[in-house]
Amino acid sequence: MNDLWNGVVQALILIYTFDSDLIEISLRSLQVTLSALVISCIIALPLAAVLTIKRFKFRRFMIALLNALMGLPPVVVGLLVYIVLSRSGPFGVLDLLYTTTAMIIAQTIIITPLITSIAHQSLRELWSEYHDLLISMNTSHKQRIKTLLWDARRALLTASLAGFGRAIGEVGAIMIVGGNIDNATRVLTTAIALETSKGDFALALALGFILILITISLNLGTHWLSKTESEGRW
Amino acid sequence: MFPLLAENLVVEFQGKHILGPINLKIEKGDLAVILGPNGSGKTSLLKALHGILKLKLGTVRWSCSKTESIGNQMFVFQTPIMLRRSVFENLTYPLLLRKIPTAEANHRATQWLDRIDLRSSMQVPATRISGGEKQKLALARALITEPEMLFLDEPCASLDGKTTFEIESLLQSCLADGTTIMMSTHDIGQAKRLAKNIYFLNKGALESIQSAETFFIKPLSQNASKFIAGDIVE
Repeated sequence: MNDLWNGVVQALILIYTFDSDLIEISLRSLQVTLSALVISCIIALPLAAVLTIKRFKFRRFMIALLNALMGLPPVVVGLLVYIVLSRSGPFGVLDLLYTTTAMIIAQTIIITPLITSIAHQSLRELWSEYHDLLISMNTSHKQRIKTLLWDARRALLTASLAGFGRAIGEVGAIMIVGGNIDNATRVLTTAIALETSKGDFALALALGFILILITISLNLGTHWLSKTESEGRW
Repeated sequence: MFPLLAENLVVEFQGKHILGPINLKIEKGDLAVILGPNGSGKTSLLKALHGILKLKLGTVRWSCSKTESIGNQMFVFQTPIMLRRSVFENLTYPLLLRKIPTAEANHRATQWLDRIDLRSSMQVPATRISGGEKQKLALARALITEPEMLFLDEPCASLDGKTTFEIESLLQSCLADGTTIMMSTHDIGQAKRLAKNIYFLNKGALESIQSAETFFIKPLSQNASKFIAGDIVE
């Protein structure tokens, strides 16, 4: 209980004093997570729309696979990315291991199936509603995808926020590929893991509270900006 | 574009015979009404002619290229399908699909809003307006593209007298503007008020094609006589 209280106090002190380390770690966390989120959304949302409207061989298999990959163990992803990016690996020449780019790649792999699956579920419902109308209007596949993505944007925002939540709280994969290097690849989650292993629970808790604060603020801010719950919206 | 010719048109669904063989010819300027009991294949016939239902056998031919015919026909469904957008955006949608400049699309949409008396609801989500207003909006959304052929599937089903009158007036005026109309209805009164020619369907077979005047005086099929008399058609 004492640790918890100390954690809260220390978190407040760190925030109040604009602790430079804290700001740097927090900004790096956001940079890595938001970059992974943007890349994932660029891949996942159109992919979900294509899976919704197009019928092709192995489509069902792909949907089942994506659903299964939602539970992808981050540590395994980290290990695979590590092997691929290590000096002896196929992309070793790029020298990306222990950089934020490697962390972004790992997070992108982890959250893309999650965003795709949730987005696909929402788009499938909307497509069953729109199907006859869009077919009768002789829309092209591209027009259908654009229409679905636009009209389901609020549901897709929720899918993206789920991806954000998974990415910002991720530690296993980014610890492996990032190495938790001070001033280079240390982010909030890896810093928490480090402080806990050092026995500095108060600082670990303080960082934890700040992580929660960032996550909640971003979610609330996004919902407020997109007016998700406003009257007269969908 | 006209005449529209359907030859030996047969529709099956999951191995079950739904419609046909049907042979018919629709001339420009016609207002053809499909009458028939529930499950007689009225909707299937409209969808097959419009091209959104796969034919088992037969052909639907227009006197123009496929691209031209597809771009010049619209379909209004029995249960109006509203895009999850505002009333105004629902109206501009088909125009923007056709790459009509936004200013022109907005101008036309505003004119149609006045015509269907929905100007005051233009920014309201289309899913929140009443059933009658939705049907008027669906009809306006189809007519805003100035189609040469309009298919309507029971456009006034479960609407009150006032809205039915408004929709019929719209249909009369677009007929006067040169649009050819083919619609299904259960309402014999509506068929009497609107139809130039009547197509009587029963159990997927086209039992008679007659002008409206002769159909109501001297129907060619026994089932049509029963239908007009309000008896149960077997």
